[in-house]
Amino acid sequence: MKQKEDSLLEIHDLSVSFRMYDHGLEQTDLQVISNLYLTVYPGEIVAVAGSSGSGKSLLASAILGILPGNASLRGHLHYKGEELTPRRQKYLRGSEIALVPQSVSYLDPLMKIGVQADGHKKPYPTEKRRSVFKRLDLPDKTEQLFPFQLSGGMARRVLVGAALITDAQLVIADEPTPGMSLEQAMEALQMFREMADEGKAVILITHDIDLAVEFADRVAVFYAGTTVETAPAADFKNGPDSLRHPYSKALWRALPQNGFWPIPGFQPYAGNLPKGCLFAPRCPYKTAECERELPSVKEVRGGEVRCCHAT
Amino acid sequence: MKKMNRRTKVVILTAVMAVVLITIYMIGIFMPEDAVTGSFLNAKRPPSWAQPFGTDALGRDLFLRTLKGLSVSMTVGIAASLISAVIAVIVGIAAATGSKWVDGFINWIIDLVMSVPHTILVILISFVMGRGMKGLLIGIAATHWCSLARLIRGEVLKLRGQQYIAVSRKLGKSSKWILVHHLLPHLAPQFLVGLILLFPHAILHEASISFLGFGLSPEQPAIGIILSESMRYLSAGMWWPAVLPGLTLVLIVLMMDKLGDNLRMILNPHSAQE
Amino acid sequence: MPLEAKNVYFRYDKKQPWVLEDRSLILHRGERLALSAPSGYGKTTLAMLLAGYLKPTQGRILLDDKPLPQKGVCPVQLIYQHPEKAINPRWRLRRVLEESGELREEMLDALGIERAWLNRFPGELSGGELQRFCVARALSCGAEYLICDEISTMLDAITQAQIWNAVLKEADKHNMGMIAVTHNKHLAGRIATRIVDLTDGKLRL
Repeated sequence: MKQKEDSLLEIHDLSVSFRMYDHGLEQTDLQVISNLYLTVYPGEIVAVAGSSGSGKSLLASAILGILPGNASLRGHLHYKGEELTPRRQKYLRGSEIALVPQSVSYLDPLMKIGVQADGHKKPYPTEKRRSVFKRLDLPDKTEQLFPFQLSGGMARRVLVGAALITDAQLVIADEPTPGMSLEQAMEALQMFREMADEGKAVILITHDIDLAVEFADRVAVFYAGTTVETAPAADFKNGPDSLRHPYSKALWRALPQNGFWPIPGFQPYAGNLPKGCLFAPRCPYKTAECERELPSVKEVRGGEVRCCHAT
Repeated sequence: MKKMNRRTKVVILTAVMAVVLITIYMIGIFMPEDAVTGSFLNAKRPPSWAQPFGTDALGRDLFLRTLKGLSVSMTVGIAASLISAVIAVIVGIAAATGSKWVDGFINWIIDLVMSVPHTILVILISFVMGRGMKGLLIGIAATHWCSLARLIRGEVLKLRGQQYIAVSRKLGKSSKWILVHHLLPHLAPQFLVGLILLFPHAILHEASISFLGFGLSPEQPAIGIILSESMRYLSAGMWWPAVLPGLTLVLIVLMMDKLGDNLRMILNPHSAQE
Repeated sequence: MPLEAKNVYFRYDKKQPWVLEDRSLILHRGERLALSAPSGYGKTTLAMLLAGYLKPTQGRILLDDKPLPQKGVCPVQLIYQHPEKAINPRWRLRRVLEESGELREEMLDALGIERAWLNRFPGELSGGELQRFCVARALSCGAEYLICDEISTMLDAITQAQIWNAVLKEADKHNMGMIAVTHNKHLAGRIATRIVDLTDGKLRL
């Protein structure tokens, strides 16, 4: 596969499946991510939006190489033009690629916040950490606390701060804002924005489209473990006519401020995926062609979309 | 042929061990009494093909006697660990759902029992209760419930804080209904694993107490008795009455322990997908 | 027959600061109130007090001028933010629904619950699907008031709209009173007849 030269991270046809016990002793493979693509360029924030179970968090684990033992991975992951092997992932994570984990339980319960956020790098970035914490509205005494003494929102800000003080080129933030007040969330995202403006990049995994659209350059919409569309963030502000995929349009129309109209149905399960386009069972524009095979990715109006009807 | 997955391996291993244990138990139970009556003509014979464990000073076949003894020990072990596990569940639930006072009292008892060495406590209780099968059973049952009770108390405390229990209460369900439908099914796997892991302890304590002469009476063919008798002849070079039944006991105990561990692995959702 | 919080104070422990101080609130049947505030203003605590999950340290929660019943089905039902915690993970979902009474076909249809889901375990369904079950469970026990604590915060926009449309329809049909805790002002505007911001000093309505 030819690499786009200037990309920081490039993912092609990524599939992840889990080996699970089915009935009794039979094991089956459940494909939870299928043919996913995503490209991240230096200097941008790419928001990954989609419902739970669409593979957003697993993507983060796949990039960092921290999938559970019963998972297997196929496809191409490239970082700075070179393939991301498990060995390289181990070397890069925490130094060049940082994660803001979704769960507060990722903090070491026995370690004070300050030391924990500083990490292993010497000299300790204590000064930088203090200024980052200050901007995140974390009181000075936070560094002396243990994780159990933090509220949910504070812990989230600590996680964001810990990622920001590394010199990572790429930060993957998995639902960083729940529990924060609007002002704190805006500040955290603003810091990501500044990071991106320095030439680094951020993958912002979220289901809060409103917030994502404000700060991201592009939005990748995930559905049932695959990318259905990547679009400039502005398209989400302009409305459904600017969007390309029927699912993205449906997502837009379901927002409370845009009509609150849901489409019926539900996301298909891993292990029970339709043969063709994964959205076909719920799609109002479905034709026989959609059910035959997975549509290929095509470029439409400055975005990428996986739908044969997109114009 | 697909490579066998880990769970299949564990299940097969578990089944084989269960069959071995049940077979030994059954052979011992249904063995006629005269199979272990010996004659002095055959006394003190070393192991041979006909008598794999040799014979003892009274000419009894030690292999058969060991099997018989194991089944007696297993009966004691099963009964004692079952009683112990039931006590553990009741006490554990009582501690977790009762008042602060009850919880404090139970924890104090647990600390007390656990701070005294088991063997001494079992000897004391067994002695007071008149020794024999009854004394031994009570002694072992009364000392082995503590750690399981503590585990169950913790589990129930955790469960009680669960939102779905609170929801259940607001849907008008009584405490008894919640106990039967939400709590007990959740505790069942822990109970089963706890029970099986108690068994090796119980059987070892039975053997050691009988060996010391505070447990089963000498005419009963328990492993502890066999080992105790063998001591008298050990200095005369008769190694087999001590070594072979002893090894068998160790083997059975290890098997039981492994069985419990395997079961825990299968039932534990964290390791179930490995 | 209003649901009422009268000068409610709450703290978890004598040594701890107040989570709620002197809050009062009245909700009538047929009314839909949205409570919004950033974290730390005791939204969830207030929700739990109103549904009888917690008892106020001072003050009273009244339903028709009487305290909430301690036994039997509570006429005020709470729906939590995380459905996976509010469902027994060892139960099939049919049983989860049956815990609040007879399984009704029209309830399943109203919430878009697939019949096949009923025989599954909670771990096999997504958060959005589980939340439908929590809503159905709260609705089918004959509740008069519904307290929704950030029930769609963890869900995507489509599932959020699906569930809320169903909830609003049912609440309307049975003339239920509803309090929705949410930080999303667009959502609050869409679902509520009245919006209250807890940051505006003491809440007195």
